Amino acid sequence: MTSLNFETIFQSKIDDETKIEPKDWMPDAYRKTLIRQISQHAHSEIVGMLPEGNWITRAPSLRRKLILLAKVQDEAGHGLYLYSAAETLGADRDDLVQQLLTGKAKYSSIFNYPTLNWADIGAIGWLVDGAAIMNQVMLTRTSYGPYARAMVRICKEESFHQRQGYEIMIAMAKGSPEQKAMAQDSLNRWWWPSLMMFGPSDSESTHSDQALKWKIKRKSNDELRQQFVDVTVPQAEYLGLTVPDPALHWNEARDHYDFGEINWDEFWSVVKGNGPCNRQRLQARVKAYEDGAWVRDAAIAYAEKKEQRKLAPEAAVKAA
Amino acid sequence: MKDYLLQLADNALILGHRLGEWCGHAPEMELDIALTNIALDLTGQARSLYQRIAELEGLGPNGASKDEDDYAYLRDAWEFRNSLLVEQPNGDFAHTIVRQFIFDSYHYYMCQALTQSTDEWLAGYAAKSLKEITYHLRFSSEWMLRLGDGTEVSHAKMQAAIEDLWTFSGELSTPNEVEKNMASQGIGVDLTKIKPAIEAKWPKCSPPQTSRPPLVHGCNRAERTATTLNTWVSSSQKCSSCSGPTQDRSGEH
Repeated sequence: MTSLNFETIFQSKIDDETKIEPKDWMPDAYRKTLIRQISQHAHSEIVGMLPEGNWITRAPSLRRKLILLAKVQDEAGHGLYLYSAAETLGADRDDLVQQLLTGKAKYSSIFNYPTLNWADIGAIGWLVDGAAIMNQVMLTRTSYGPYARAMVRICKEESFHQRQGYEIMIAMAKGSPEQKAMAQDSLNRWWWPSLMMFGPSDSESTHSDQALKWKIKRKSNDELRQQFVDVTVPQAEYLGLTVPDPALHWNEARDHYDFGEINWDEFWSVVKGNGPCNRQRLQARVKAYEDGAWVRDAAIAYAEKKEQRKLAPEAAVKAA
Repeated sequence: MKDYLLQLADNALILGHRLGEWCGHAPEMELDIALTNIALDLTGQARSLYQRIAELEGLGPNGASKDEDDYAYLRDAWEFRNSLLVEQPNGDFAHTIVRQFIFDSYHYYMCQALTQSTDEWLAGYAAKSLKEITYHLRFSSEWMLRLGDGTEVSHAKMQAAIEDLWTFSGELSTPNEVEKNMASQGIGVDLTKIKPAIEAKWPKCSPPQTSRPPLVHGCNRAERTATTLNTWVSSSQKCSSCSGPTQDRSGEH
């Protein structure tokens, strides 16, 4: 069979909604696209622990502290499933992590914004996790089996995160005037970066067409963004908060909200590393990695010693 | 009773707080998850204890009852009753593990004994917490061995951590007035009874013969043999290797 035939069979599987599994033949570009996308997603989970982790020691009640700890822990877990999913494609977790630490790989730009007040923890759950869910629900039907299955589990936990975030927002928005002001301030800062999470508009997106054909994605960036706005605006109204977009209004004819133009200069600037916290986030990851090197080395050395002792217990005693 | 519960609760709260500081910064993602688990357990234990204290205190002079957050958030530093060990800064991972291990070995035997408390609530609390603490002790014991017997570097870091933190271990197993009082009523744990069990656990988690035993008190390393490994945990005034006095932690004698 020629590779052309392989490719035809591959595409027909995708068209028939048969999942592609690790041992199946797949075009190199499909594999590469998936490794890039899954690892970026994994990196986002891991970097995403930082802005929220920032508030663990300052959570305003023990209950909130436990919820936040559990949530950030879930994100570490999501990072692990996703790196494992990428490994089924022949990637190596250590290599992927290196790409993150050297700045070669990207992660979601949203985590390059700072968490300045407690309402930000609510806004991240509500808006950031809310936007992520739009994307991730779609990905539960992605064509690559291990990725789709990882997403099913992740989505369940993410929807819990989204609810707890919204619950914080309710408490703040319905609280004292100061609390409500914090909630509004937080929405003002997180609204636009959340819309940017869906990526460039369809006319600018370089990866979209092929990803749709391969059913890695099933909806375009703009479709998902619209869906997010339509779901989220009524939630903001319920909170009594104002979405910081004067152009936002319901369009009866389209049956959707119209909304203003995203500041694409800001979008590209943050992608290129010039957001408010890009440097701090990467520095924190590099520091954790470097400070932890001796621990990982020791764990490996210990495992080897243990193995040797198992193989030759007498020799080990003698050597001692 | 309230003071006794506060001691238990504050230990759990403060150590959980310290562990929470690691979240997102641990040497490995799996360790992020493990440390967070322990932080979650400890903070959960603190909540149960504070809730119980609030229940026992009942309504205050203003007619309102306190809640868990009043104890955790609205007391000043000097009103906390935790042991000094748990508030020590995280330091490097070796310090975190040694602190955890010293605490877990106390916490485990203390909690095991507390299941026999004549106070029904405390006995129930202890039974529930013991399951969690059993895991904590397993985790910290494993890492004591892994790092103590890993590489030269990890061994040296563990040695340094032990030397920094060991001084705080005595407080955990030395009863104060509140603990003596509670123990005499059968409500609290008689720490003098569990002290041997705690100390017996320590040498088991020191590095095996292949590496240098950690040294807590001054004695000549060259004279040590594998069988006297447990001297490093002895808090007695005599070195069981050479029977010399050991007041001076750093020097030879």
